[in-house]
Parts: sequence; C-alpha cells; structure tokens
Amino acid sequence: MIRDITLGQYYPADSLLHRMDPRVKLFGTMLFLIAVFSFRGIAGLLLITVFLAGVIRLSKVPFRYMVKGLKAIWVLMVITAFFNLFLTSSPNIIWEWKWIHITEEGVATAIKMMIRLVYLILGTSIMTLTTTPNELTDGLEKSLKPLQALHVPVHEIAMMMAIALRFIPILIEETDKIMRAQQARGADFESGSLLRRAKAMIPLLVPLFISAFRRANDLAMAMEARCYRGGAGRTKMKPLQYKKKDYAGYAVLFAFFAGVIALRRFTI
Amino acid sequence: MSLILDKVSYVYGAGTAYETWALKNINLKIDDGEFIGIIGHTGSGKSTLIQHFNGLIKATSGGIYYNGEDIYDADYDLKALRSKVGLVFQYPEHQLFETTIFDDVCFGPMNQGLSKNEAGLRAFEALKKVGMPEELYYQSPFDLSGGQKRRVAIAGVLAMKPEVLVLDEPTAGLDPKGRDEIFAQICEMKEENNMTVILVSHSMEDVAQYVSRMIVMNQGQIVYDDAPVRVFGHYKELEAIGLAAPQVTYLLHEMREAGFAVDTGAATVADAKREILKYFNRSAAGNISCKRMDGIL
Amino acid sequence: MDIIKAVKLVHEYIRRDEEGNVESIQTALDQVDLDIQAGEFIAVLGHNGSGKSTLAKHINAILAPSEGTLWVDGKDVSEDANIWEVRQSAGMVFQNPDNQIVASVVEEDVGFGPENIGIATDEIWTRVVDSLKSVGMLKYQKHSPNKLSGGQKQRVAIAGVVAMQPKCIVLDEPTAMLDPVGRADVLRTVHELNRTKGVTILLITHYMEEVVEADRVFVMDKGKVVMQGTPRQIFSQVEELQSHRLDVPQITLLAHELRKEGMDIPKDILTRRELLEALAGKAGK
Repeated sequence: MIRDITLGQYYPADSLLHRMDPRVKLFGTMLFLIAVFSFRGIAGLLLITVFLAGVIRLSKVPFRYMVKGLKAIWVLMVITAFFNLFLTSSPNIIWEWKWIHITEEGVATAIKMMIRLVYLILGTSIMTLTTTPNELTDGLEKSLKPLQALHVPVHEIAMMMAIALRFIPILIEETDKIMRAQQARGADFESGSLLRRAKAMIPLLVPLFISAFRRANDLAMAMEARCYRGGAGRTKMKPLQYKKKDYAGYAVLFAFFAGVIALRRFTI
Repeated sequence: MSLILDKVSYVYGAGTAYETWALKNINLKIDDGEFIGIIGHTGSGKSTLIQHFNGLIKATSGGIYYNGEDIYDADYDLKALRSKVGLVFQYPEHQLFETTIFDDVCFGPMNQGLSKNEAGLRAFEALKKVGMPEELYYQSPFDLSGGQKRRVAIAGVLAMKPEVLVLDEPTAGLDPKGRDEIFAQICEMKEENNMTVILVSHSMEDVAQYVSRMIVMNQGQIVYDDAPVRVFGHYKELEAIGLAAPQVTYLLHEMREAGFAVDTGAATVADAKREILKYFNRSAAGNISCKRMDGIL
Repeated sequence: MDIIKAVKLVHEYIRRDEEGNVESIQTALDQVDLDIQAGEFIAVLGHNGSGKSTLAKHINAILAPSEGTLWVDGKDVSEDANIWEVRQSAGMVFQNPDNQIVASVVEEDVGFGPENIGIATDEIWTRVVDSLKSVGMLKYQKHSPNKLSGGQKQRVAIAGVVAMQPKCIVLDEPTAMLDPVGRADVLRTVHELNRTKGVTILLITHYMEEVVEADRVFVMDKGKVVMQGTPRQIFSQVEELQSHRLDVPQITLLAHELRKEGMDIPKDILTRRELLEALAGKAGK
C-alpha cells in the first residue's frame, strides 16, 4: 500500500513540541539541517545528537514511528555508503582486493554521510509529525505576510499548499488504481525502452489529470458553498501568537547553532 | 476453464504497525460458465481477492491455478492471463483516456499484440455488445453520459475476449434504471458468449436475482459459498456481519414465524409473490422475466 | 414560514460554439415550483439527469436561475448581494466524500466554514466540538480524514456545514458512493439533526429506501416536478414511479404485485411489518 508513507504524516499527541508555534519549528528545522551539514568533529556530532534526542523525547512521538521514515530511504543510504566507501581515494588503505580498496577516509566519509542522511530524515520528520499541514502553511503564511505589501498573494499560496498536501495521498492512491485498471487491460509500465515506457504513461497520466481537475472543480464548489471568498475577513481557528515557550525555543535554537559553529574548531 | 485458489492468503504492510491480513486461507474453485456473486462490504477483502484472479496482486502464500497451470510458476505468462481473466474495476469510466471511444476500446486488444485492423474488429464487436450506437464511436469519451462511459469501459475489457469476466460493483453510482440496464446487458453477454461471470457487490438484493452461486466474505475469509437461497437462510448471521438478506426473504421468514406455511427460500419479488399467492390459493400471472434465476436449488 | 420558495424556476444550460453562437440548449429545470417549511425533512427523488442536482445548486446560489425566482430564507438568490447570506443559510453536502474535505485534520476541516465567515476563535472551537458531537464523530477530532471510511467522511462534511449554523442543509446524493453501512450512518445522522436541532433537510437521492421517513417527497423527471406528496402517497403509485426511471423497494413492489393479482391489501404499504399485518389479517391470523 503506497499509502503507508509516514514521511509528512501528522502524529497526534499533546507535547510541548506539538503546542509550539509552527514558525519556531520551521525555523528550527532549517537551522538543524544547516547544522547537520556543517558540523565538524565528534564534539559537534555529539551536540547535534543530544539536541536531536532531546527534541525526539519532547515530541512524545514513539521512536519506531520515526524509524519508519528511514525505511523508505535505506536504499539511498546503502548507495551513498557504497560510493563513499569504495571510491574515496586517499593513501590510508585499510583493506584491499585486486583493484577494490577501502580507505580510512572512505570509511569516515561513508559513516558521516549516512549519519547526515539519517539526521536529515529524522529532523524533518519531527517537524511534520508534530505539525499539521494546515499549521505549517499557516506558519508560512504568517512569516511571509510582509510580502503581501509587494502584492504577493501569500494567503492564496498558503491555501494552495495546504490543499495540495491534503490531496497528495489521495492522488497517490488514485494513480495506483488507474495503473491497475490499465494493467488489467494489458498495459505494461515496466518493460521496454525509455521511449516506450514514456508512451506507456499516457493511459496513466491522462485519466489522472482529468481526475485531478474534476476534484479541483468539486472542491472549489464545496469551498464556495462554505462561504470561502479568499483571505479577506477570515479568522483563524488556530491563530499564531508567540508565547513564552516559543521565545524559549528560539533561544535554545540559537544556543544550539552557536554551539555547533563553535565546536567546528575541534575537528576530531 | 477452471480457476482454483488453494489456501491463498494476502497480507499488506507486513511487519509494520499497519499489518493487515486482507485474505486468510481462501479456498475456491470456479468452473466454466458459472455466474457468481461475491458479496461483502468495504474491508471484507473482496476487491483484493479479485485482483488475485488475474495476477495483479501476488498472494503472500498459497497457490492459484488457471486451467490447471500454476500462475506463480516462473515461466507462466501473467500478461496472457490478464487477457483471459478480464477485470472491470469500480467506476471503470475513470480509466478512459483516448481521444475517441473506438480507440480506447482498441487499447486492450492492441496490448495483446493484435494488429490495428484486428483490434478494430474486436472494438466494433465489443461496442455492439454493450449496446453503444455506432454514431458515437468516434466521439470523445468525455462527451458521453456516465452510464455510456461505463459501457465503453466494459467494452474495453470485452474486446480482449476474456474467458472470465469479473466486474467490481458495476452499478455503483447508477440510478435504478441504469442499474437494471447494466445487469440486463451483463446477462445477455453471458448467454451469448458463454463466459464465466463474477459480480462483486455489497448488495445481495441486487445480485441475488442473477447469480447461481453466492460467495459471502467477511474480514478476509469466505463465510458462505452456496446457492443464493441457501445463503439467505443464514440471514441472522448475515446481519451480524453487517449484510442484509433481501427484504422479501425477511418477510417470508417472519410469515413463517407467524404461522404461514410458506417456503422461505425466496430472494426475488417474483418468487415471494408466487409463494404468497400459492398460500392464498391463487395462481400467479406467470411473468417471470428471462435471465432472472428463481433461486432454484 | 417558508424557508425555501421557488416560483416557475427555469435553468437552461446553453452550449455555444467557438463563435459564441448557440449550439444547443438543455433545459435542466422547467417551471419548477417549490414550497418548503422550516423544520421539514424533504426528499427529492429523480433519476440521473432529472434536474435534481441542478435544483440543489440553485438553493445555495451556486447556480443562478435563467428565469423565475427562488427565495431562501426570504432572500432572492439571483441578487449578487445576497449570495453569501444564502450560502450561510443553506449549507450543502456533496456526493464525493473526499472532494469536499479541505483540511488534513478533521477538526480543522470542520472549522473551515466558521473561519470563512469571520467567527471569533473561541466560538469556532465551541462550534467545532458541538458539530462533531452532533454527527457522532467527536472522537475522530484529531484524526486525518484519509483513514476514515466513506460514511465517516460524509459525517465530517456534514459537521463542517452544521458548524456554520445554517437554517437548512441540502444533501446532493450524499450516499451514492457509500456502502450500506455508510449509507445508514449518514441517514441516521441527518434524521437526528432534523429531529433534535430542527434543521430543515433537503435530501436529493435516487434510492427509494432513503425516502420512507421523509415528511414530503418531490419526484423530478426532465426538469419538472412530476409527483409530490407524502411517502405513502408517492410509493403507492408504483407504475408511475417506474415510468420515471425509479424503482420501489421490494416490499412495496411485492404489495403492488399482490394487489394486481386481486389480493385486497392496502395501497400504501411502506414497511415489512405493514405487509405482514395485512397478510395476517387476510388469513385471519
């Protein structure tokens, strides 16, 4: 079932992280990702790990849930590890067989890349697991509000993103259904040249597009029926107002980031 | 033609928190020329089951044999199986994509390797069988009504000349007349082409009047596999799993409990009428329409 | 008090070619008169293409009449100034459960309507909880709609409409895509809303069984109202219903067939019990 992707799925719980303003989480995730790719040395890695573990703990999301997201990319991890392991050339060879060699640097880089990938997935997962898609788009909308002065349709963009997020699982399921229906008529999506396979996509894409447009039409009508007329005059069910914990969150984030940068000088 | 399922089970999401056994130990034998109804509601496994018939889904355990051959054998041609077991999904009109309905119906035969001419002949035949008027053959599918689109989609599968035709909720979303028309069409097709037909539905009332064998599914297992009248005899158990026997079946059982000596094996209005009139010593006007099975044992 | 009143309502779908010339005109509504009182449970029956959906879309001002007038809660729907008030008075639930849910969490979707009409935050939450309670979906408040069944999704959609506190709810074939369990859930919810909260209900359907407990039934065919009355009055006219491409429930059909054979049983049998009693009476049991 393609539907079982936990990447991007909300996990309802009542934790400090769930109650935090989405803008803090958005900013924090950004900062975390930069930190993961710019740390140097064990000390930096340790700080990042402690931070991540603490955040995971705070989120009250069971660890096995987060690990599920990793399953989706284990192939990528293996490939990355493979390339780094066997293709890093440096003089410190620790294992050799004919023309295949593994170097010290290779091992180090492979491990570093794998850790980066894992932390990347875990970090973004925490954000999407503790923040509903609507909260996320609300957060983006509020942060980008100043742009409205420049005639950027911030509210409309945020609404489009929220709706897109809502319909992604539905469209994935629909793709699956259409694919099977065409396969039942002998369609072959797997074999043949690249050109052949591209052509084979038509019986999949045309119905999918038509279905997507139909849904959009229906949804627009339903939204109008519930008095939607753009951003003007709308109130919010979950209005975003910074509270003490959000300011504390920002403070912790800055401290963390400063720590990572500072620890770059200890490159072990 | 024979289709045998031997201890077939299917699980999805194995090892995760969402692990679900969609099919549990299914044993089934379908013979040539049968007219079968598979009943169950959402989650009973009926849709998963029929996708095993043409190899779209591979069973987690158990074997499937078509005409005596193991379809999971490494050399077995699954693509060919899909020509022999035609599967029409729910809301099949959603799969139409070509610029004309004629071309769309040609899609199946062309995938089977037929030439454009041969495919065209098949398309003509199939569209005729579903009662599409010739002047519409070169119209865009999107200009047709819902019922017409559905018939085109069914023609698309018929054009592959399957030995077995499986239809998943063929009357979903149609109004009463539309529903009767599709059922009548299916009956006709079965008679004329001597196909084995399997209807999947969540309404026993609709299907009971056409099929000679009813398979009831619940939570991935087959609960009943028998002639409709005998299945309806278990109406209390059926209710417990959320399925309802036809209204007239309930009526006759209630009449029996109230002291009427009637035969409770009626699933259609025509049967019930005959029974009740018999009790009151009158004879029916005898207008049982053809194709409707009278619940004959 | 009339909550919906239509006088000689006409709606034509005009198809134009590339130059703007009229290619074809399809009359979807043909001189329809309607009179619905507050608190009623009305069913509109008709086959696909009879005009019933077109009628529904006029009631919440999604479509405007070509001719004739329609008032909802006293307001003329063809006046632009009234559109939003009309849409608030007359909520609508559509056929496809997925294509009317906007948000990824149930409570957020129910709150969408109130957000649109500018309700204050605290009040929105009160309404969301109350609406979910009234449709029996409160425990799914924080769930994703994707994991719900069709019947549950429709109930969430109904809650989303109820949260706007409309005077009347129009449901356009809400059960057409559901299985029997889902269908029963939706119908039960809607009847309860009508009974306990006094919301006027307009149920558009082609399933006869859903119509049995309505106060009044309108039957449409070719854009016209061809029959109207109580369920009993309508059901007894089996042949006429069949001529309008509709079907009657098995029990009604059976009673009708028995009468045709000369058995003297009442004309307007609706339920199994009534038929049983009538037959028992005849047999002296």
